[in-house]
Amino acid sequence: MTMKASTRQMDGVTVVDLSGRITLGEGSVVLRDTIRDLVGKGSKKILLNLGDVTYIDSSGIGELVSAFTTVRNQGGELKLLNLTKKVHDLLQITKLYTVFDVKDDEATAIAAFTK
Amino acid sequence: MTGNRVSYTLDSTLDSVNKAEEISAQLASKAGFDEDQCQRISMAVREAAVNAVLHGNAYDPKKKMTVTYENTGGELVIRIADQGRGLDLANIPDPLAPENLLKQSGRGIFLMRAFMDDVRFRALNPGSEVTLIKKVAGGASATKEESK
Repeated sequence: MTMKASTRQMDGVTVVDLSGRITLGEGSVVLRDTIRDLVGKGSKKILLNLGDVTYIDSSGIGELVSAFTTVRNQGGELKLLNLTKKVHDLLQITKLYTVFDVKDDEATAIAAFTK
Repeated sequence: MTGNRVSYTLDSTLDSVNKAEEISAQLASKAGFDEDQCQRISMAVREAAVNAVLHGNAYDPKKKMTVTYENTGGELVIRIADQGRGLDLANIPDPLAPENLLKQSGRGIFLMRAFMDDVRFRALNPGSEVTLIKKVAGGASATKEESK
């Protein structure tokens, strides 16, 4: 299953709904291009909804880290929403769960962005 | 294919990585692993295959990746070999070290070790081989471990 990304605006936050696999190749490229495009357009509050992401490999993890640092380096914030158990476990064992701000509820996540 | 051992010689492409991953999931399921374990095994294989194709063979169309699957009865043993420059294990940074946490790469071998019971590396001439081992629940090897 290829990865898809669609964006929507919610109270000043850009929500990116991702689905499919974030793996080396197309999946990682889609995420990278999406983040670059959003940052290029001045988006500073980005919420990645991973609820429909079925699989992430180490390249995909690297792409999430890259997205986080790219947004942060532009003075913005990036948070993660709706991790599946598999993705949650992966972030736990790689110690990235403490790096990312992870939320389970979209309204709570949007409210958590700096006003 | 000979008995419970099967070997594939694959091109250095991402399609080959996907194929190695898919076959490993099928064989792990056939060996009796549950869905979670199948995914962990296939992910370890994917990471090893990515290393072989990307870092080892550098997508060189003249170089091949060989993936061998074997169910010994007690263990599922998967060997992934490339024809690249070889692997310098001494220079692989710890991805959990605070200074490396935000690095984009360097987690592949860590994940292999996290998901498999044993991971071994061997230098070839040319290239390198990684062996991924997972004990089969109720298999000869697992029974031996439990009886200790």
